[in-house]
Amino acid sequence: MAKPSPDDRKYTKEHEWAKADGGTVTMGITDHAQELLTDVVYVELPAVGRKVKQAQPIAVVESVKSVSDIFAPVSGEVVEVNQALEATPELVNKDAFGEGWVARIRMESPAEFDGLMTAEQYEEHIKANPH
Amino acid sequence: MKKTPLYERHLALAATMTEFGGWAMPVQYTSVIDEHRNTRTLAGLFDVCHMGEIEVRGPQALELLQWVMSRNLAKQQIGEMKLSAITNEKGGIIDDVTVYKRGDERYMVVTNAATREGDLAWILKAKEARGLDRAAVTDLSDTIGKVDIQGPLAQKILEEIVEGDLAALRFYHAMDSRVAGMPALVSRSGYTGEDGFEVYTEAGRIGEIWDLLMSIGDTHGLKPAGLGARDTLRLEAGMMLFGHEMCQTVTPYEVIYGWITDLDKEFIGRNALKKQKEDGVRKKLVGFEIVDRGIARHGYPVLAGGEKIGEVTSGTFSPTLGKAIGLAFVPVQHKEPGTLLEIEIRNQRAKAKVVPLPFYRRKK
Repeated sequence: MAKPSPDDRKYTKEHEWAKADGGTVTMGITDHAQELLTDVVYVELPAVGRKVKQAQPIAVVESVKSVSDIFAPVSGEVVEVNQALEATPELVNKDAFGEGWVARIRMESPAEFDGLMTAEQYEEHIKANPH
Repeated sequence: MKKTPLYERHLALAATMTEFGGWAMPVQYTSVIDEHRNTRTLAGLFDVCHMGEIEVRGPQALELLQWVMSRNLAKQQIGEMKLSAITNEKGGIIDDVTVYKRGDERYMVVTNAATREGDLAWILKAKEARGLDRAAVTDLSDTIGKVDIQGPLAQKILEEIVEGDLAALRFYHAMDSRVAGMPALVSRSGYTGEDGFEVYTEAGRIGEIWDLLMSIGDTHGLKPAGLGARDTLRLEAGMMLFGHEMCQTVTPYEVIYGWITDLDKEFIGRNALKKQKEDGVRKKLVGFEIVDRGIARHGYPVLAGGEKIGEVTSGTFSPTLGKAIGLAFVPVQHKEPGTLLEIEIRNQRAKAKVVPLPFYRRKK
């Protein structure tokens, strides 16, 4: 069973989480998402400095059998990426909400962030859409 | 979609199911890596009921098989299993199969799931064309169930329910036996690169064998393994998959099947293959490793000197080796181990190098 979604952050339909700290958002994929993927063996991180638009692919996460896009929860500029995922991609499975974070984005528009789902709304979403 | 007799068991084990060759099959039960590693270190149990079994019997059985098979079966002994290709007039591969000699004038051809109907039609067409009335061809696929048990503990587990001396059964040999009292063909062979067995019995009773093996195997650490692990295991072992490495426009010499092509007898495509052997092939299947970051997948372009020279036929992350491996067709001048290539992964290029096959060899 997936770990409950922490309510200190927001969520997207595509199973990303976004945690705001001032004007910067840390993002990753949810525990539910990593459970569906099973063993993550490779993460393709974005380049620092890259500009992204909300809902555009920002990273790629691969299991043995599948390749999945991760989408930017907000528009902005990538200011940091989780280098640890290069050597230990399995952090995404072990601690999707913590050590498995993917990137930090300097937000363009706080309104975009406010428009994301709450933990409760996300939990409803995954109940209604198990895959 | 067709269902194997073991379908309900996969659902009960909460397997993630997929469609493969028209069949509903389990991809994984827990995770591909878990099932893969478990098969290499302990034992894995695979539902392979979807494969085809075609019986060829009678005084002209060998003559018919000699005509359609690339392999010379003249000296095949009862109990021996031989890998062979079925080739078309151009020497292109219609399927790769195993042929069991079960008795004088009695053979069983085991086919891939998706190609079984095509193989049957082809063999029947050849029988007609050659007027081989004294060869009876029967599709037994729906009456035969098959499971593979693979891994270092496979013998220990299977031994408990098989009659006869399993330890004495050599690789690529099969014996008629009884498994838990049911008639079964037990073959020491498989698709993983580990020691292991393929067990064929009545489709209606394969469930009992699955249940027994799962129950006995439990204390030994046997776990069911799905098509996901089946693919990573075979790829590590340098084994090919029809539809990926082979198709009708690929010949045995272009892949690693020169050794199952016996030009010393007549068969469909023999002349074309003889010519190709004399002229030399122009493209060749090779194994490669990514030395950069990234995972190569089926269909990704292969480059040399910045130019596309081929495509990846199969690629994955190897759980045993901890690196991305794959197979690809390249022009022959690029086939030597050590040759540097690039694989285009989405819009980036990852450095790769040609390596000898297999990627993994079990310790004996």
